[in-house]
Amino acid sequence: MERNFTLIVLFAALIAVLGLVPPLMLPTGVPVSAQSLGVMLAGAVLGSKRGALAVIVIVAVVALGLPVLSGGRGGLGVFAGPTVGFLLGWIPAAFVTGLVVEKMRNAPVGVAAGAGAVLGGIVVLYLCGTFGMMAVLHKGFGAALGLSLPFIPGDLIKAVVAGWLVTVIARYRPSALLSRAE
Amino acid sequence: MLSLALPGTSWAHRLPAGLKFGVLAVAMAGTAFLRDPLPLAAVGALTAGLYLSLGRRGLRAGATALRPVLWIVGLIVIWQLWLGDPRGALVLALRILAMMALATFVTLTTPLPELMAMIERLATPFARFGLPPRLPALTVAMLLRFIPVLRARLEMLTLAWRARSRRRPGPRLLAPMTLSLLDDSDRLAEALRARGGLTPPRPHKKPTLERRP
Repeated sequence: MERNFTLIVLFAALIAVLGLVPPLMLPTGVPVSAQSLGVMLAGAVLGSKRGALAVIVIVAVVALGLPVLSGGRGGLGVFAGPTVGFLLGWIPAAFVTGLVVEKMRNAPVGVAAGAGAVLGGIVVLYLCGTFGMMAVLHKGFGAALGLSLPFIPGDLIKAVVAGWLVTVIARYRPSALLSRAE
Repeated sequence: MLSLALPGTSWAHRLPAGLKFGVLAVAMAGTAFLRDPLPLAAVGALTAGLYLSLGRRGLRAGATALRPVLWIVGLIVIWQLWLGDPRGALVLALRILAMMALATFVTLTTPLPELMAMIERLATPFARFGLPPRLPALTVAMLLRFIPVLRARLEMLTLAWRARSRRRPGPRLLAPMTLSLLDDSDRLAEALRARGGLTPPRPHKKPTLERRP
């Protein structure tokens, strides 16, 4: 119990710290924040349930008014804004990422983590984000999705990086990969 | 790291947190149904008035919170104007900005300890399902403690990398970062257990003093 708790809190802290890393600029001028990489890692390393709980902690402290989102954002205003779907979508994103790593037991762990990051951190996340925008902006599905499309290349990079990082972690500390432990 | 809440004791700070959250929820639900620019403008003006009552500091904090959405609101407004719907553009911009400003107002005027007290009250009924009542406060406290620790560690790893290479470290430092985090977690869990763990032991029955004749 205590170990799960500390893992969840520490990964939540990692996601917050990644929000402080200055964003990388794509050639298209779209900023790529490292924060959602933290969400993918939480799912891929901790597994579905603990990964989702780590993200729930972050979402909860955003609601409490701590500026833990990239760019120092936070507070209840974020939940009324157009990006609310992406924030709440982090929870299923981490869960699905972890679930894929847990289910693809026979695949190399890096491949599973990369696939999980694409499915959870991109497909599920953008679906949630698009529904959020549809609700806040009163737009159709296509229009809302169009607003977030420029960010997808950056997230694909993050999925590859997540897969590679998990490979490294699995090589040097196989026991640390809780999504594959049992 | 500090909460976004403004220090101070304005009239809004003195209101109970539960009341502010309740009013906010009602206001948000109500605003979502408004389709006309005029009532939305009224809500906006009311919200602006709330910020004015906090003084210059309040206005500045509100503007900082709204800045990140301005580009997306601007984009939608341009789009709506291009579709030939200036009224829709106005309604949309007013609604998003008013709702975000209203929600931010609650965040700005509710100090963290008060929020924690509210959450602890709300969490009490879940104690019977095995949720330790200390958990929310402990989580926030540990998170606040570890964000600067992890930040310093990432900076140290970056320095160590820079001392050895002229290339940018990029995301590779996240590997040692994650590994050290997993090690920390074990030690931290041990420390927690040594201090009684998450679920404090049941209080013993008060020893009754025997009265001796």
